Amino acid sequence: MLTVRNLHASVAGREILRGIDLKINAGEVHAIMGPNGSGKSTLAQVIAGRDIYEVTEGEVLLDGKNLLELKPEERACEGVFLAFQYPVEIPGVSNMYFLRSALNSIRKHRGLEEVDAVDFLALVEKKMNLLGMDKTFRDRPVNAGFSGGEKKRNEIFHMLMLEPRLAILDETDSGLDIDAMKVVSDGVNSLRGKDRAVLVVTHYQRLLNYIVPDFVHVQVNGRIVKSGGKELALQLEESGYAQFEEEAMAGAAKGSGR
Amino acid sequence: MAEAVVHSELQWTSPQVLSKRPGSGEPVWLKNLRSEASDCFAEMGFPTRNHEEWKYTSVSPIAQTPFRPAWQQSASRPVQSAELDALKKLSGICLVFVNGQYNEALSSVQGLPAGVRAGSLASLFTTSDEIIAERFAKYADYRQHAFVALNTAQWQDGAYVWLPKGAVVKEPIHLLFISNAGDTPLVAHPRTLILAERESQASIIESYWGAGQGISFSNAVSEIVAGDNAVIDHTKLQLENDRSFHIATLQVYQERSSNFKSCSVTLGGALVRNEAHAVLDAEGAECVLNGLYLGREKQLVDNHTIIDHAQPHCPSRQHYNGILDGQSTGIFNGRIIVRPDAQKTDAIQKNRNLLLSDKAQVDSKPQLEIYANDVRCTHGATVGQIDAEALFYLRSRGISLKDARNMLVYAFAGEILERITSQKIRVLVDRVLHARLDAASRS
Repeated sequence: MLTVRNLHASVAGREILRGIDLKINAGEVHAIMGPNGSGKSTLAQVIAGRDIYEVTEGEVLLDGKNLLELKPEERACEGVFLAFQYPVEIPGVSNMYFLRSALNSIRKHRGLEEVDAVDFLALVEKKMNLLGMDKTFRDRPVNAGFSGGEKKRNEIFHMLMLEPRLAILDETDSGLDIDAMKVVSDGVNSLRGKDRAVLVVTHYQRLLNYIVPDFVHVQVNGRIVKSGGKELALQLEESGYAQFEEEAMAGAAKGSGR
Repeated sequence: MAEAVVHSELQWTSPQVLSKRPGSGEPVWLKNLRSEASDCFAEMGFPTRNHEEWKYTSVSPIAQTPFRPAWQQSASRPVQSAELDALKKLSGICLVFVNGQYNEALSSVQGLPAGVRAGSLASLFTTSDEIIAERFAKYADYRQHAFVALNTAQWQDGAYVWLPKGAVVKEPIHLLFISNAGDTPLVAHPRTLILAERESQASIIESYWGAGQGISFSNAVSEIVAGDNAVIDHTKLQLENDRSFHIATLQVYQERSSNFKSCSVTLGGALVRNEAHAVLDAEGAECVLNGLYLGREKQLVDNHTIIDHAQPHCPSRQHYNGILDGQSTGIFNGRIIVRPDAQKTDAIQKNRNLLLSDKAQVDSKPQLEIYANDVRCTHGATVGQIDAEALFYLRSRGISLKDARNMLVYAFAGEILERITSQKIRVLVDRVLHARLDAASRS
């Protein structure tokens, strides 16, 4: 489904992604782990189309379609969803108005009719129940005044409403207590299916106890340095990232010495 | 340059402009008042940018336009449109003024409770009515303000509303001023007096709407007196065309524990100056002045507020948001005066501005003058652009760039609109605003 080839990206002239290769098939859940500053979030944002990053080399394909040529909203319409590490507060725009606009925009792109108001509210209620969200979240402005945990839950709520084909979760576990983590994970797991894929970006292994990945990748200094199965996450939890960071440093030193 | 201004001021006070209608059948005191105000204007002249209060706003486009008095044209062309119908639907109580003259055919006072009086100010003064007459022109200072002087000297008509003690008017009282100019630029000086006796309550809508495509100048003065415990909810809508000039002074005088709340929405006009002055002259008076202003192309919108805390225990709030596109200019000058007696004053003032283009500009100037020591006064002013992160967030959910921008701009306006009490007014402003944002994003 998603193919990332030799992806290089920089911000303000500083290279952050230095040749990422990643292939995710439909039905799979992949996790990218790595230390702070390894470029995990950058990868997530570049796939979603954040324009502060300049892609200098490589390609990102979704079912063969070049995502890099598409605007962020077009990528969303193609089925890409990014759950933000820091969801943005938008005072003055109600959660419902926003979601309905988003859903209708995506439906329009797919040649579907706008969602009926009654059906929409029924869908909202169903998904909110699933996430144990209070009804007041419907009419509150998007993320405004939400706690960290509420924001993350709201992201997953948006994801369930929009039913993306490729969901990217950027540090969705950060700041969540264990109950919230279970709820969020249940939400993500409910979306798993043979036509969909999930990419989980995380610093800690903890979330992966609940959203069990098929593949785990270690990203250090803008490159994926090791890939493996779910056991790799456990191993990282034990040993930490130091070993990979040293190797990456050595590699970089060797590279620059050439 | 100087010569041109002098010349045009002569035009404004020339006997042929002044002597025509005003004065006919009027009581002597009013004739004298006009003449005194006329002298005051002649002495002051139009303010220049050397005046601190007019530093950012040049009125020379007004001074140099050869206006004709609007009343001379009042019957010329019929006024009809869907926009006007929408405005008229705001309330069953609607006093309509076309080019400065009361239009009885378009007006309706259905639903006005017994005892409450509202109508044409000009016709009031041809009869004797001391309750109202003795308070006319006692609040807006024609000795200090040139445009107030000009209005006081030359006003043709406008509205009066008198709420007797304890009267409660459920439906808004709508004062609708229509400018309908063709090829000849027209000037009108609408004059309004609203007297709310103690414990009365009403909501007032003052709207200014342009019917024609021509250039008009509305120089409005509204005086509002809120008696003890009176509650007045005031909305001002400025919907004149983009070639028109609009200078308006709202002068509010508040007595003990009265509550005055106003929201001003400015959407039209080439040059608009809204002055809102409130004097809180007794304990417990509460005043809220809110405003939303949109500028596009070369529009200039200037909001000047003065809240004068003269007595203790008075709260005041001001929230003004500006949205400026094209080469437009927004000005906010908010002055809070806390007199020595006004202990326990609680005043908050906020002005936020959203710039939608590189060429739009904003001058925001808060002024606090505090002469008491036990008070809480805060103010803040911000100028910013659309938040790129918020924009990306919305787009990443599938919303187009255009819709995402509109959503954020609209949300910014919503901070003010949600403070408008009347849902009917909110819906009307919503619609105008949406139409305007859609038009802007299409161009």
